[in-house]
Amino acid sequence: MDSLGLMDNLELKRYLVYLHLMNCAKSQPDMAMMAVNTFVKDCEDPNPLIRALAVRTMGCIRVDKITEYLCEPLRKCLKDEDPYVRKTAAVCVAKLHDINAQLVEDQGFLDTLKDLISDSNPMVVANAAAALSEIAESHPSSNLLDLNPQSINKLLTALNECTEWGQIFILDCLANYTPKDDREAQSICERVTPRLSHANSAVVLSAVKVLMKFMEMLSKDLDYYGTLLKKLAPPLVTLLSAEPELQYVALRNINLIVQKRPEILKHEMKVFFVKYNDPIYVKLEKLDIMIRLASQANIAQVLAELKEYATEVDVDFVRKAVRAIGRCAIKVEQSAERCVSTLLDLIQTKVNYVVQEAIVVIKDIFRKYPNKYESVIATLCENLDSLDEPEARAAMIWIVGEYAERIDNADELLESFLEGFHDESTQVQLQLLTAIVKLFLKKPTETQELVQQVLSLATQDSDNPDLRDRGYIYWRLLSTDPVAAKEVVLAEKPLISEETDLIEPTLLDELICYIGTLASVYHKPPSAFVEGGRGVVHKSLPPRTASNESTESPETAPAGAPPGEQPDVIPAQGDLLGDLLNLDLGPPVSGPPLATSSVQMGAVDLLGGGLDSLIGGTNFVAPTTAAAPANLGAPIGSGLSDLFDLTSGVGTLSGSYVAPKAVWLPAMKAKGLEISGTFTRQVASISMDLQLTNKALQVMTDFAIQFNRNSFGLAPAAPLQVHAPLSPNQTVEISLPLSTVGSVMKMEPLNNLQVAVKNNIDVFYFRTLYPLHILFVEDGKMGES
Amino acid sequence: MIGGLFIYNHKGEVLISRVYRDDIGSQAADSAVFSSSGPFLRERLGGSVRRNAVDAFRVNVIHARQQVRSPVTNIARTSFFHVKRSNIWLAAVTKQNVNAAMVFEFLYKMCDVMAAYFGKISEENIKNNFVLIYELLDEILDFGYPQNSETGALKTFITQQGIKSQTKEEQSQITSQVTGQIGWRREGIKYRRNELFLDVLESVNLLMSPQGQVLSAHVSGRVVMKSYLSGMPECKFGMNDKIVIEKQGKGTADETSKSGKQSIAIDDCTFHQCVRLSKFDSERSISFIPPDGEFELMRYRTTKDIILPFRVIPLVREVGRTKLEVKVVIKSNFKPSLLAQKIEVRIPTPLNTSGVQVICMKGKAKYKASENAIVWKIKRMAGMKESQISAEIELLPTNDKKKWARPPISMNFEVPFAPSGLKVRYLKVFEPKLNYSDHDVIKWVRYIGRSGIYETRC
Repeated sequence: MDSLGLMDNLELKRYLVYLHLMNCAKSQPDMAMMAVNTFVKDCEDPNPLIRALAVRTMGCIRVDKITEYLCEPLRKCLKDEDPYVRKTAAVCVAKLHDINAQLVEDQGFLDTLKDLISDSNPMVVANAAAALSEIAESHPSSNLLDLNPQSINKLLTALNECTEWGQIFILDCLANYTPKDDREAQSICERVTPRLSHANSAVVLSAVKVLMKFMEMLSKDLDYYGTLLKKLAPPLVTLLSAEPELQYVALRNINLIVQKRPEILKHEMKVFFVKYNDPIYVKLEKLDIMIRLASQANIAQVLAELKEYATEVDVDFVRKAVRAIGRCAIKVEQSAERCVSTLLDLIQTKVNYVVQEAIVVIKDIFRKYPNKYESVIATLCENLDSLDEPEARAAMIWIVGEYAERIDNADELLESFLEGFHDESTQVQLQLLTAIVKLFLKKPTETQELVQQVLSLATQDSDNPDLRDRGYIYWRLLSTDPVAAKEVVLAEKPLISEETDLIEPTLLDELICYIGTLASVYHKPPSAFVEGGRGVVHKSLPPRTASNESTESPETAPAGAPPGEQPDVIPAQGDLLGDLLNLDLGPPVSGPPLATSSVQMGAVDLLGGGLDSLIGGTNFVAPTTAAAPANLGAPIGSGLSDLFDLTSGVGTLSGSYVAPKAVWLPAMKAKGLEISGTFTRQVASISMDLQLTNKALQVMTDFAIQFNRNSFGLAPAAPLQVHAPLSPNQTVEISLPLSTVGSVMKMEPLNNLQVAVKNNIDVFYFRTLYPLHILFVEDGKMGES
Repeated sequence: MIGGLFIYNHKGEVLISRVYRDDIGSQAADSAVFSSSGPFLRERLGGSVRRNAVDAFRVNVIHARQQVRSPVTNIARTSFFHVKRSNIWLAAVTKQNVNAAMVFEFLYKMCDVMAAYFGKISEENIKNNFVLIYELLDEILDFGYPQNSETGALKTFITQQGIKSQTKEEQSQITSQVTGQIGWRREGIKYRRNELFLDVLESVNLLMSPQGQVLSAHVSGRVVMKSYLSGMPECKFGMNDKIVIEKQGKGTADETSKSGKQSIAIDDCTFHQCVRLSKFDSERSISFIPPDGEFELMRYRTTKDIILPFRVIPLVREVGRTKLEVKVVIKSNFKPSLLAQKIEVRIPTPLNTSGVQVICMKGKAKYKASENAIVWKIKRMAGMKESQISAEIELLPTNDKKKWARPPISMNFEVPFAPSGLKVRYLKVFEPKLNYSDHDVIKWVRYIGRSGIYETRC
């Protein structure tokens, strides 16, 4: 550390010495100790630039040992007369907090930081706000950001005066605040709107975030609400003339905004038209937004554009453009005919990937408008040989199977696919199996051989449990009750809806709170990509006054679950059997990979993910398969008995173990309703012991509970009895008897239980794991009912 | 917030590495700068586990085989934001949920600041100025939080001369300026001649169908001001904004109709941070204390009543499989007394072009095989004129089934008026303390309209 000796050498800059120190401190902590005195001395220097430099560098020496020596100089600097020193010291608190959070709290720096929010200098205010926001993020429970209206006022005043970056900090900090009522929300909005004309796109986006969030609280009838909506559109459009990287960020955010409030940009379709020289990432995003904005009024223009794009060079872009045409057809019914003819034109180009993509979307169009466009099947069949992608092959097979009765040589077509059955991907195999069964049910006489062939291929020669299971289900259905088989396999499919790639509403609301940030770029909650404790707090939009539309984040993973998990959304799915039969084509309209919504993820996870990871690798689905036919019962039977035997060693005690109550639904996720509970088993009956606490300011009534289908058919045996209305701060304990006669669905993990609780305010969802021992009867065997 | 900032050359070698947060973990790179004699670092990083982030970006983005698919890349839970200037990559790295728009704005700003200090951003310049860059990075980014990044202010205290020379007064002036309300201007500026220049720079964008239908058109304009004014002048800028003119013209109906024609509807505008936004929001008046020297006062966008200076009429005919005939007519559509300059029409040709014959009435046209285009250049062209080019394109026969995508015909030009119709009405200067008045200030206004993306499909 000879550099310290040079400190007096005026020729060499103090700055360089400091920078060197910062970098060496980690490897030579003892040396760093020796430098402390210099810092303390420099913090008294008459030159404010030197004082600031000292306090800035101090925070960068990330050695635990010396932190306590820094407290005194830092305290002085936080109260320095020079604003430049104070603004640097404010950031230093955040630095120190990063090294030693406890120390910062003990020394009372957090309070000092809060006081700096009312500083006279705007830049000090901004840095204090930034530091506070960051510290609060790692302390979800703290009340650091519970700002009072006076502080908010100070922030808003500083907003007019500080640097562009400071404005971003302040706006981001404001976005965390929840106004008391709609009037306060409106007055904040009024003071934030001028920021929409700032040259810095980040200031604009952060202002949009504050406005989008606080708008939730405003009544839609208000004149101001309409004005605000109108004011939002032009700045969003202006963002598109920024540099391409910023355009990308803006477009990802606009994608969210358009989903949340389509009315803002509904007249601005043209600005999203793709320019030839746009970078590919901008093109793809623009395309996404075009589809979202497509409506009857502008569909002609959109289609003309999309057709233009389908002839471009970039393969991904072309594919997406073709897909977009299909989605337009599904979204705007009046345009379906034109879309189909455009798609046929594209198929005529014979460009391989265009043809394949077109077939995939035509399949969706068939599902949306059954019995309308089947005349094009002939054209599709001409291109059978050129299909080499699984998705396109699967789509084609589905079409052939679905319309087998109208295609004369359907059996030949399907047979041709069957030759290379084992080389196909699972998706195609499953589809082929279903298609041939459909064909058999429609034309039983000619195709008996074919169906037998496919069933044996699927059940005997395949290692894939999904495929085998489906094969067995069909086999069993066909052999026992062909009429039932017909009802099941040829059942009328639910129509697909237009917007399947919409982001799931609760996630969308959360992402709206993160406008401008990485979360909004990835379309994922921060917990999905931020490590550790930061960002795991779920943000949600403030409840709207006088509205029943507002949604709240559902309860996600229970305590102790890894923070990186996707939020567990309980998907609203059709009946399980229907899903088994139809879902393997993916969700009806497959969205772009980036925009995959968590509903889809959830659904796939629930249905698809499980089968491979079953206990013991046997192919049983759930205890109900005990009714499986005898001829294939061998492996299943043994699997089940294994499972039952497993239990013999456990639970010989008559009084079952009762886990302590855990919080299942924290109050902040459920508008003030906190639910904690546990499961008990007492003499042949299972019950769920619940403790409901009202932490809101209003009375709660009308409680009801419902379970999602689960692995063991757990269901409430009686309605949820909350006799009196639950007044604020009151707690009630309820024991809810459970039965195991509910409907069964394999869950992942097996003992996962998804619960919905309703009260007069809203419906809340949470998820919990029940201990398996509650299912065991006292003699050590599992209750089989 | 931003965890670290790296600058790479085109080979992926690290030129600058500044790490603000431990979680990014590439301090090895940082210390290497100072333990090594030169700024050339890459080889010195070897063996360190902590260089992950630096390397991950190089491997996954700079050396990636494919075209960059996104300016934000997430590698192993670390997010990289990058921008490219000539062949230099700037990458900001973070592990948190940062404000993405802010990071990009910051990267652009960083480029501006560097350019203001040492000119072009090139490997050479970065290597020669690396101490300065580290110093700048430390000042404008504290713990990953962007601080004051106005070059005017920075230049007062970040110089290559050291900080000892200032007097006490100067010091407090610097700090109050850096943190103050008017961070972009220092006190005590004096000019013998008070002068200001206003440039209205517009770029007109057009996408037209082959049939001449306007698919989309907009003007994005900028008002750039160069001010050489003494003291702390209070300025007020006025233009023919429809909203303002209608408001003012309420009294005299006659004037409204007269000026109403000349006023323009501005879709949206954004301002330099010196403009009082709340005042614009309430009164729609643009008032500010300008920075010294050149700055961009405002940006705006208009879509209505745009004067399209040129019209391109394409005619492409495919004669058999091996020949194309192209005829393009351009028409100038503005006052005959005005002259457009630097006109360039770019007519794309198919990839399998073997030869081209061009005939044009005016200017010079050349087939550029490397760019797959015929480039037709005309030095000057007056308004209300017309010119045409015809070309025969010979094609090599191919078995490529895929049709030629027919990229649009693009055009470049410069005209001495604002295609949006924007007019500067006034720029008033008040300086209460010094004794010069609005009349003493020499003001210059200039309008330049350029082509942005000006395309006609063919």
